[in-house]
Amino acid sequence: MHNKFGKLRGLGKLAVAVALMAASAAHAADTIKVGVLHSLSGTMAISETTLKDTVLMLIEEQNKRGGVLGKKLEPVVVDPASNWPLFAEKAEQLLVKDKVSVVFGCWTSVSRKSVLPVFEKNNGLLFYPVQYEGEESSKNVFYTGAAPNQQAIPAVDYLMNDVGVKRWVLAGTDYVYPRTTNKILEAYLKSKGVKDEDIMINYTPFGHSNWQRIVADIKKFGSAGKKTGVVSTINGDANVPFYKELGNQKISAEDIPVVAFSVGEEELSGIDTKPLVGHLAAWNYFMSVDTPENAGFIKKWRAFIKNDKRVTNDPMEAHVIGFNMWVKAVEKANSTEVNKVIDAMVGIEVPNLTGGVARMLPNHHLTKPVLIGEVRADGQFDTVWQTEGLVPGDAWSDFLPGSKDIEADWVSLKCGNYNTKTKKCSGQNYE
Amino acid sequence: MKLLGCMMSSIPGVRPGSLLLVLLLAALSHCVAASEAPSFEQALGALATSNFKQKERAAGELVGVRHANTRAVLDALLEGNLYYRKADKRVFIAVTQEAGLELRDALTLQSAGTADAADFSKITTNNQLRKTLRSALASFDLTDPDAQVRLGAVNEMLRSLDADSVSILRARERDEKDESVRQAIRTGLAIADLNHEDAARRLSAVEQLKGSLNPEVFNRLTALVSTSDDGSYTEPDAKVRSAARAALAGIENSRSFYSMLETLFFGLSLGSVLVLAAIGLAITFGVMGVINMAHGELMMLGAYTTYVVQLIMPQHIGASVLVAIPVAFVVAGGVGVLIERGVVRFLYGRPLETLLATFGVSLVLQQIVRDIFTANNRPVETPSWMSGSLQINEAFSITYNRLYVVLFMLIVFVILQWVLKKTSLGLKVRAVAQNRAMAKSMGVRTEWVDALTFGLGSGIAGVAGVALSQLTNVGPNLGQAYIIDSFMVVVFGGVGNLWGTLIGGMSLGVVNQFLEPHAGAVLAKILVLIALILFIQRRPRGLFPQLGRAAEG
Repeated sequence: MHNKFGKLRGLGKLAVAVALMAASAAHAADTIKVGVLHSLSGTMAISETTLKDTVLMLIEEQNKRGGVLGKKLEPVVVDPASNWPLFAEKAEQLLVKDKVSVVFGCWTSVSRKSVLPVFEKNNGLLFYPVQYEGEESSKNVFYTGAAPNQQAIPAVDYLMNDVGVKRWVLAGTDYVYPRTTNKILEAYLKSKGVKDEDIMINYTPFGHSNWQRIVADIKKFGSAGKKTGVVSTINGDANVPFYKELGNQKISAEDIPVVAFSVGEEELSGIDTKPLVGHLAAWNYFMSVDTPENAGFIKKWRAFIKNDKRVTNDPMEAHVIGFNMWVKAVEKANSTEVNKVIDAMVGIEVPNLTGGVARMLPNHHLTKPVLIGEVRADGQFDTVWQTEGLVPGDAWSDFLPGSKDIEADWVSLKCGNYNTKTKKCSGQNYE
Repeated sequence: MKLLGCMMSSIPGVRPGSLLLVLLLAALSHCVAASEAPSFEQALGALATSNFKQKERAAGELVGVRHANTRAVLDALLEGNLYYRKADKRVFIAVTQEAGLELRDALTLQSAGTADAADFSKITTNNQLRKTLRSALASFDLTDPDAQVRLGAVNEMLRSLDADSVSILRARERDEKDESVRQAIRTGLAIADLNHEDAARRLSAVEQLKGSLNPEVFNRLTALVSTSDDGSYTEPDAKVRSAARAALAGIENSRSFYSMLETLFFGLSLGSVLVLAAIGLAITFGVMGVINMAHGELMMLGAYTTYVVQLIMPQHIGASVLVAIPVAFVVAGGVGVLIERGVVRFLYGRPLETLLATFGVSLVLQQIVRDIFTANNRPVETPSWMSGSLQINEAFSITYNRLYVVLFMLIVFVILQWVLKKTSLGLKVRAVAQNRAMAKSMGVRTEWVDALTFGLGSGIAGVAGVALSQLTNVGPNLGQAYIIDSFMVVVFGGVGNLWGTLIGGMSLGVVNQFLEPHAGAVLAKILVLIALILFIQRRPRGLFPQLGRAAEG
């Protein structure tokens, strides 16, 4: 009796499953699935939720224009919950189960490193929108944020040449991005003749709040007769008490400027920025840039999110560029097949929001303008310096002994880590 | 008239013939050039550019013409209130209003109505320009009736001394009545004298600067004794050099003394935070023996209470923190009583279950806060009386927020001691803690006392949260960052002993801060933790163990 019913139920299940599969197959035929892999909970939710909304806005807009290749785009949103191993699991789910054509996602470098093998194994396509430490180029990833030579190096050049900084404090949060960036910067500064005793390096844990000692040390380091600047790769909410302490100990930007690589409009929108006026940030986009493209984008964003106080920031622009590039590449390839799209991507040009053109390079990085801004009292930035033209992104730093001979070129070399000395390609997962 | 005067002045010795004519012409052309020195209007117009170098020049010219409106224009530029009209590059002082920009003509300072912000471009400044502006504006303040303003102005000018500012200071020295301002001016003049060509003058300048802790003095003296690339000294005179070395040694000495004091203060302030976080726990854990894992979340509630109080009274941020203290006590205390009545009282004598249950409560509280206030950090404003620092001298200053936290901790500690030692509630709390059955048989309502004790400890946690809201980010995870530290302090100090908590927290803070410069923030914390584990191994009951009969309770 029991057995019979069990069988029946099993049959029923099977039927339902078949029906579902047929339905989803039919469904898949008229839409193109776009994966969104951003944390919607946990510590990174603050930053990543905005990016998820950006992608949803772009998809909605594209669908209003009739979709891509005559098909509507269908977003598949998953929540990896700021949990790095979960990123890999969710990526696998998007690629294998949902069979998405492209994924927009990740923020921290550790999450990108976690999904990288998944994308390479399943031949997926990932657009990564955040400035990062470089030293990577995967066939399956397009890096739409800045490489170190598009952010860190120009910022240091600005401090050195325009502000006249002679002593350097490299302060960062203790994880892979600050450590690699500071390694590159230290090598770069030394190549410019800066002595060991003029460089101070300091690491603090995530969420550090007792800054009085470190700020006092910076003050002391800066009172030795040479102009001192701080290069900050401090990440997340530890920045708030850090800047507060700077204000309390009366370190003004005029004496010791702090240039930050991870502090943008979004991060400043929650805090009192009056004591921060004049401190610097280096990005490839500022909300305050006065171009028609940017004004249009801000208007659209505020209408979509239904809040006319919301700010825009650099990684959002990166997603805009990446998304538009992907659409163009799919149309050029006349297919969403990953290999065809990857081949079509290189060389694609789309306008960025600051009045220039972003072009996808053979190393899967972009050309970008570099902007240095000073914090205003209202939490926005005034651009005080920018590069003459566009800077092509360099995946492998020229200032690290291990990586200066490495080259990435997915067109002629078909390799992300070609060693020009040994004339060898080290394979996808170069360490 | 001006032209004539100019000509007259240039012909002191009359020379014959054509030479005179040539000279006259030369003088004339010179005069024309001089009269072409930019007017206020021209200099103002030159500000309407995006080139910072040009802006700096224009600002310098504005100061040079000493127009009645110079000050207002430069102030507006410094504040970011100077705009130019895109159409005709006319400069306005403007304030952003709902309807657009409320304009005043920068030339006449007359109101020019309100206009659409899109037609105007803001004249932006950068750090270098602001520094120049501040120094230029300081020279206006030298004649201010308030001595403090004058002192600030002189110190501002000391940061970037040039020939102009030195001559202004020199002129001011004679008229200055206030001793401290005069002292500051003399320091400035002595710094300027370090570049004097006369070695004796330089020597006396070094002598005069001997005891000064002004960082600029240190920099200049260091420069004097340093060598340039070819091995020659910047300062040619050996006598001046040795005097400078001696002066530097003296400055270094007092500097390192003050840096010791600074570290000590940093330690005490970190210790105060630890004590504040732990003292509520010293009551619930120390006196009642309840392991309350939700203690950190009660602090978080206190911090959020501060935020809400600020939302309710946005006009009185200065007072809001003081108002928040009793409110936070009531809120956190109330939640504490609820926790005790709803969860803890069923679990007395079962520490493991209490631990798990209160851990659950902590997760619930976090999620409630996330649902109400979102997962993002909330901005709690720092009142003006708590920002900035108390400048004791030029090498040593104490930030107000930390100073107040130390004082606040002491006040809380004294009040708590008073409550426990001098009030009838305190008597009952101690009675129940020492011997529950005996207290009960003497007519103490132990259940009621339990609830109030737990509420008291929780309320104190809320009050600590108010202090934390001024030091760290107010977010749902605030409590987790402090719960471990709190238990550490209570266990180290000795369970059930408030004095132990005070001494324990303070010594942990000071040790941590003395280690940090050598070991770094992360390693210092690890070292303290290891030392603590070893200490507990030797003395399991902490610094001040309870003795006698109380120990068994």
